[in-house]
Amino acid sequence: MGDVRTVNAADIAGTVERLCGEADLLLPADVKAALEKSRASEESPVGREILARLLENADIAAKESMPICQDCGLAVVFIDLGQDVHVTGGELVEAVNQGVRQGYEKNYLRKSVCHPFTRANTGDNTPAVVHVRIVPGDKLHLWVVPKGGGSENMSKVFLLTPAQGLEGVKRKVLETVEAAGPNPCPPIILGVAIGGTFDEAALRAKRSLLRELGSLNPDPEAASLERELLALVNDTGIGPAGLGGRTTCLGVFVDIKQCHIASLPLAINVQCHAARHKEAVL
Amino acid sequence: MSQAIVLTPPLRSADVAQLKAGDRVLITGTIYTGRDAAHKRIVEALQNGQEPPFPLDGAVIYYVGPSPAPPGRVIGAAGPTTSYRMDAYAPTLIQRGLKAMIGKGKRNDEVKAAMAKHQAVYLGAIGGAGALMARCIKEAEVIAYPDLGPEAVRRLVVENMPLVCVNDVNGGDLYIEGRKAYQR
Repeated sequence: MGDVRTVNAADIAGTVERLCGEADLLLPADVKAALEKSRASEESPVGREILARLLENADIAAKESMPICQDCGLAVVFIDLGQDVHVTGGELVEAVNQGVRQGYEKNYLRKSVCHPFTRANTGDNTPAVVHVRIVPGDKLHLWVVPKGGGSENMSKVFLLTPAQGLEGVKRKVLETVEAAGPNPCPPIILGVAIGGTFDEAALRAKRSLLRELGSLNPDPEAASLERELLALVNDTGIGPAGLGGRTTCLGVFVDIKQCHIASLPLAINVQCHAARHKEAVL
Repeated sequence: MSQAIVLTPPLRSADVAQLKAGDRVLITGTIYTGRDAAHKRIVEALQNGQEPPFPLDGAVIYYVGPSPAPPGRVIGAAGPTTSYRMDAYAPTLIQRGLKAMIGKGKRNDEVKAAMAKHQAVYLGAIGGAGALMARCIKEAEVIAYPDLGPEAVRRLVVENMPLVCVNDVNGGDLYIEGRKAYQR
């Protein structure tokens, strides 16, 4: 067992603050590369023009320090906390919320968090949604994922029967994308978790969105399903902005896990093309 | 590709009746913002016999909740939000003279029927291009419901705002037609 390492809550808050700004202003390099690749291969002239505008938008955002999208997201924060880390000087989740508060204020990001019934805005984009996982080691790994509402609203969880099997999974993914159509700002990215339980499948679907576009899934069964689903989804013809084209989806990330003998859980997290995430290790 | 049709609000029925799904449109002039919470309040005000926060006759509503204006800018990022959430309110506003809605994503059959009946159109802006869209907004001022923050109603002055006609007055729907050529 390693020695205990101290990480200060103020450093966590400062890091979250910085990552909120970077995430909302700078489109990740893998997303940019995927949009460029799609622009070259897209058959629809309107589709090509929209992809070009999205790339132009990312350039303007970076140059002018403007958010890529006015929906600067609900701040979802993933933390892999090394079991040999001791957080001092404050509480972990409060430090994250403090970072979100400062990051959204200082970078002129939209505050998009409200009470579910009164719809009263909390005014500082908190509370963040924080997922902590205890892992080996003495590091604290943070990911800030501002999640937009338009694509989140198109996401689904299905509890399929074992009889529905792999074909049922494919059908539900396709149905979800078809039903969403232009709504979630295509080209989209899909996080697809199969197996596990109701609650945890949704979390794995979201976590899989942290993967780099174009990266190979180490699980060959999942890798093969990713290729198949991507082709199926792009055959819908929904296209960029839903105006028709061959680029409906930039990537599918599949996560397969064992489940109960009675169940076949399936969670589909839909992500828009403004697939923002930034990470840091403390 | 077709030349863009230039529209200057307030719009008349004839202005929007000429549009076909797929036409490019450029709007220059005054439009108003409104999304979920503002729509709820506007429709409640109308039901209570009160005046709406801006004249609905000939109006253009942009479904947007912009990010805060950085120093030296009139507005922050300002791309469209998903329109179906306003479907519950849109027919009432269309009946009261609203001529165009700007957003992204599908509309329901009630909204499409109201557009056909009262001569109104639904125009699409590129979702997720908020920094780009901000460039055509020259003035922005909150005119109602400031407590709603990003959802407050704003008066915007726009110049050459680039849009595409998604739903026209004759039932044309670009989201349905646009897919056909690329579906396999």
